[in-house]
Amino acid sequence: MWQSLVDSIHNLIPWFDGGLADVVIILIKGLALIFPLIIAMAYMTYAERKVIGFMQLRIGPNRVGPLGLLQPFADVFKMMFKEIIFPTKSNIYLFLLAPILAFVPAVAVWAVVPFGEGFYIANLDVSLLYVMAIGSVGVYGIVLAGWASNSKYPLLGALRSTALLISYELVIGFVIVTVVMIASSVNLNTVVEKQAGGILNWYWIPLFPMMIVFWIGALVETNRAPFDVVEGESEIVGGTHVEYSGMPFALFFMAEYFNMIFMAMLAVLLFFGGWHSPFEGIPLLEGWFEFVPDLFWLLFKMSFFLFLYFWIRASFPRFRYDQIMRLCWKIFLPLTIVWIFVVALMTQLHIGPWF
Amino acid sequence: MIKKVKKLVKDFGLGELRTGLKVTGKEFLNKNITVQFPEERTPISPRFRGLHALRRYPNGEERCIACKLCEAVCPANAITIDSEMREDGTRRTTQYDIDLFKCIFCGFCEEACPVDAIVETHIFDYAFESREGSIIDKKGLLAIGDENEKEISKARLEDSKYK
Repeated sequence: MWQSLVDSIHNLIPWFDGGLADVVIILIKGLALIFPLIIAMAYMTYAERKVIGFMQLRIGPNRVGPLGLLQPFADVFKMMFKEIIFPTKSNIYLFLLAPILAFVPAVAVWAVVPFGEGFYIANLDVSLLYVMAIGSVGVYGIVLAGWASNSKYPLLGALRSTALLISYELVIGFVIVTVVMIASSVNLNTVVEKQAGGILNWYWIPLFPMMIVFWIGALVETNRAPFDVVEGESEIVGGTHVEYSGMPFALFFMAEYFNMIFMAMLAVLLFFGGWHSPFEGIPLLEGWFEFVPDLFWLLFKMSFFLFLYFWIRASFPRFRYDQIMRLCWKIFLPLTIVWIFVVALMTQLHIGPWF
Repeated sequence: MIKKVKKLVKDFGLGELRTGLKVTGKEFLNKNITVQFPEERTPISPRFRGLHALRRYPNGEERCIACKLCEAVCPANAITIDSEMREDGTRRTTQYDIDLFKCIFCGFCEEACPVDAIVETHIFDYAFESREGSIIDKKGLLAIGDENEKEISKARLEDSKYK
């Protein structure tokens, strides 16, 4: 597909070839990823407000445009025209670097996501490691934001946030290890391909407890309710980005939502068969649903997890900070380690259809 | 022992969380109960006590006979009345002011009135632009009464069987 694009442009403009073509293709790929992502993020804020509204028997935003569908754009324009306030005695360069450091990794992880069979930006052989590594870099943005603001509340928020992220990264890492053990590959593409063949071949069955641990870890990693102690909208000021306004704040906000979408995507890729149709291998249904494209199944499953974010947020009260830590170190970590041994045994003895 | 095992199963099966999700999940499908205020309004009782009004008889004569019972009964001293004899020999008010800042909307004036002249209407979304605007004079009260006579008489009629 890309090669034919290069060729057709090459026919029009003869000197368009080689290095230049590569750069242009990479740019096009990047934009083709980022624009849908930004739109998805914008409408996720809308969906979140609508879903939580409906769960509280309210209507949610409905004033801007039909059904309030233009609400995200109204929010964007409001953000763009807001003044960017720099705290006195803060280091402006670090202050502005922090949101960028939070935002860039949130976008960069998307490079390795396979959206369909052979439909990806980069097919890294170590894509799961890449995801873990880039995901960890996001912490720097938060720490830096707390530090550069030169104010005590963001610093406290940054400390809380960092401790949480580092703890739960460990848990998520262990969960990913179990997946890697079953798939015997750290390539996301291969992980998904190994899950081919219907809903029963997906990894959520052998790794059911791990899936739940992963999802709770994802909630903590993305600072979502009920683990949003970092922001704690109704209790404390807004965590690391207290001092931010206007577009720098919007960058933090977007990074958070990109991470949310990515975590939902990762849950689908690791445990729910990625782009595979759930009806594969079922004689009649498989034929009926053959026309549905891969991408639809992927996005469909992902939207379910996004919905789960909102559902959980609307349902549960906030955890206390030390309880989240206890949950991580005393329950999840032992549980995942035990499960790693179980999976190791099962893979060695070839028990069940998945190993 | 069995109790402990049961609790363990429930805890690790996320029992409490599932109950919570069920509640919100059910409400998600239920109908929303929001009333979109300026476009939709909730029903108002005929006994609703809103903005005041002075009524007239069907022939156009004002009802108020300046008996000053409302002024006397008003617990907030919100009503000020002055009266004089009109050319035809009847006693009428020359001044009838209600201070809406003082008024507590208790409805005593309406109950005290022997001729159903002063009433409290169903109007609750009013505003004034200056502090002086809080005092409605006789002209204003009569105007409110003329404007809303249909609703006022309808509400009195509905409530009359309970009086």
